[in-house]
Amino acid sequence: MEDYSNYPLQLDATDRPMVRFQNVTKRYGALTVLDNLNLDVAEGEMISIIGPSGSGKTTVLRMLMLERIQGGVIYVDGTPLTHEAKGGKLVEASERYLRKAREPIGMCFQHFNLFPHFTALQNCMEGPVQVLGLSKKEARERSEELLEMVGMIDKKDQHPSRLSGGQQQRVAIARALAMRPKVMLLDEVTSALDPEVIGEVTEVIKKLVKEHNLTIMMVTHQMGFAADISDRVCFFYGGRIEEQGPPKELFGNPQKERTQQFLSAVKSAD
Amino acid sequence: MFDWKWDFTFEILPRLGWATLNTLIAAGGGYAIAIVLGLALALAQRSPYRALTLVVREAVEFIRSTPLVLQIFFVFYVGPQFGIRLSPWTSGMIAIGLHYSAYLSEVYRGGIESVPKGQWEACRSLSMSTSDTYFRIIIPQALPPALAGMGNYLVGIFKDTPMLSVIGVAELMHAANAIGSEHYRFLEPYTLVGIIFLAISLPSAGLIRTFEAWVRKRLGMS
Amino acid sequence: MTYWEFLSENGGRFFDGTLTTAAQFFLSAIFAILFALIAGLMKLSDNVFVRSPAVVYIEIFRGTSLLVQLYWIFFVLPLFGITLEKFTAGFIAVSMNLGAYGAELVRGGIQSVPKGQWEAAYSLSMSPAKRMWRIILPQALVNMLPPWGNLLIELLKATALVSLISVADLMFEAKQINGSTFLSAQAFGTALIIYYIFARLIVTPFMRWMERVMARKMGRV
Repeated sequence: MEDYSNYPLQLDATDRPMVRFQNVTKRYGALTVLDNLNLDVAEGEMISIIGPSGSGKTTVLRMLMLERIQGGVIYVDGTPLTHEAKGGKLVEASERYLRKAREPIGMCFQHFNLFPHFTALQNCMEGPVQVLGLSKKEARERSEELLEMVGMIDKKDQHPSRLSGGQQQRVAIARALAMRPKVMLLDEVTSALDPEVIGEVTEVIKKLVKEHNLTIMMVTHQMGFAADISDRVCFFYGGRIEEQGPPKELFGNPQKERTQQFLSAVKSAD
Repeated sequence: MFDWKWDFTFEILPRLGWATLNTLIAAGGGYAIAIVLGLALALAQRSPYRALTLVVREAVEFIRSTPLVLQIFFVFYVGPQFGIRLSPWTSGMIAIGLHYSAYLSEVYRGGIESVPKGQWEACRSLSMSTSDTYFRIIIPQALPPALAGMGNYLVGIFKDTPMLSVIGVAELMHAANAIGSEHYRFLEPYTLVGIIFLAISLPSAGLIRTFEAWVRKRLGMS
Repeated sequence: MTYWEFLSENGGRFFDGTLTTAAQFFLSAIFAILFALIAGLMKLSDNVFVRSPAVVYIEIFRGTSLLVQLYWIFFVLPLFGITLEKFTAGFIAVSMNLGAYGAELVRGGIQSVPKGQWEAAYSLSMSPAKRMWRIILPQALVNMLPPWGNLLIELLKATALVSLISVADLMFEAKQINGSTFLSAQAFGTALIIYYIFARLIVTPFMRWMERVMARKMGRV
């Protein structure tokens, strides 16, 4: 049993990143996927997470949304996400607490995961109506505005099966935004797309970065795209951050040998 | 066919017709119970409470591997032993509904398991509650793949209703038995019962497929 | 009366009934497999005169109730000069009913064998019978075994209906014991448990074992 008495119940206003991973460890059975991770993401920051497969990069996002951790604490907007305060101490969060604490986080997936029995518009309205309790009218206005932004307003009454991969991913981005998240997780959102439609999705993400003060964590294989829009790039290797820095430095002048190897391998594959 | 009496056939047809109506009501009533109870059993088997899951799993297995006709007798006769008197109709509906709820719970489980994991994750990413996740997202998608199985068991329940005759429910088989022993003729009543069952169950496979296609279309999933 | 007194008084009858049920089960299973094989293969034939009898058999026996079929075979068939003793009528009806369902499994299993296997057997100039028996059926059998496991449980349950034409099986004995003792929960409950044990501890493990043996024979382990 880990002792959580060293972890604050609430982060101090002077030291309050949007997301903080503090000594976070994630295991699947005997396999340690993330080992004592420490990472802060500032409000409005856009960070890209890169690395070879099996480096734990996707796990970083999944812990914020889908999975429990085995050590350490994750804070979102100063409040613990993975744990809750009980009797002045942190204990592992209940399902109910987790669901509530995750509300300010939105996520987009590699395979979109749109609800196939709903139209594009219904997909976007589902969360605001059912979870946030908005009226149908408010939710519709909000959703239509977002579908407009991602350029999918013309297809709002189509079911996902009628949409291309790129179109589905744009709807999925609108669906996540409709919850007005503070943090947005993008998990390899272009990996399942045909090359010719990747551009329409990256354009939307660029717009997002420019026009909204969102905190974004993106796992990607597209180095050029990551270099273009990120404030910071983290290179993961073997469940740890091997190297991180502004894209210019990390891509232009990587310090660690593993980073250099990885980047040259990716480059030669392109 | 030798010895087939047409005048006798026409004489008993109306009576068998009415009994067919009872058969359909019995099948419908049993099915209604099975549909609801089956869903409860399926969801209970997915609950995070391990003890509940195990008990329900074993109960479903028990119901599925013991004869329906024995279960009908059990429900009908055991009540009175403890002071609860159930009519043949009530005990018949309960027994047949319970029996088929075990089968339907397996159909539902298969349907739920066919929904991709990403759908659960998407619900989570929208912070949806467990009940919203099930009733708004998962079950509507689990339904189309489950429909074929559900339809087959509707036909199955219909074909099992003759067993209700053993406790005196006045359905088709019961009527045929009565006619047979009144007139000492079994050829016509039993053959007619067979033909009536065929006439209803043969077209049902096509109807189920049509209905399935219609539902898929309604949900925009075709 | 405690349950143990009840059991010691009626245990013999439960035992006799169980033996009859077991006999009905084994005979029905053997004949059901036979009917299923014949009808399933006939249904795959290109010759309409071979195929249609199989289709008629399958549709009639799947489209009506086992109880109707049982009564028809026992009470009506004698009018056509075919009189079956009740024990025989019982397992014939059960096996013809389940055989019709099994025929569809046989057909599906054979159709699941890849086309290349047929072509390979053909390229070795095997006779049609050899091709089916040595190449296709063994592979089809492996694919069919899991659904046959379920079908055999259905068959076991179906044998309970033979009690309605007075075959003294487990179901029949339970009814008799209920009639003489009025202890319905004990009489029917005991029978339910015996059926359950039969299914879970004999039929299902046997089928699992068969699946393992077949998988090993196919080199799939």
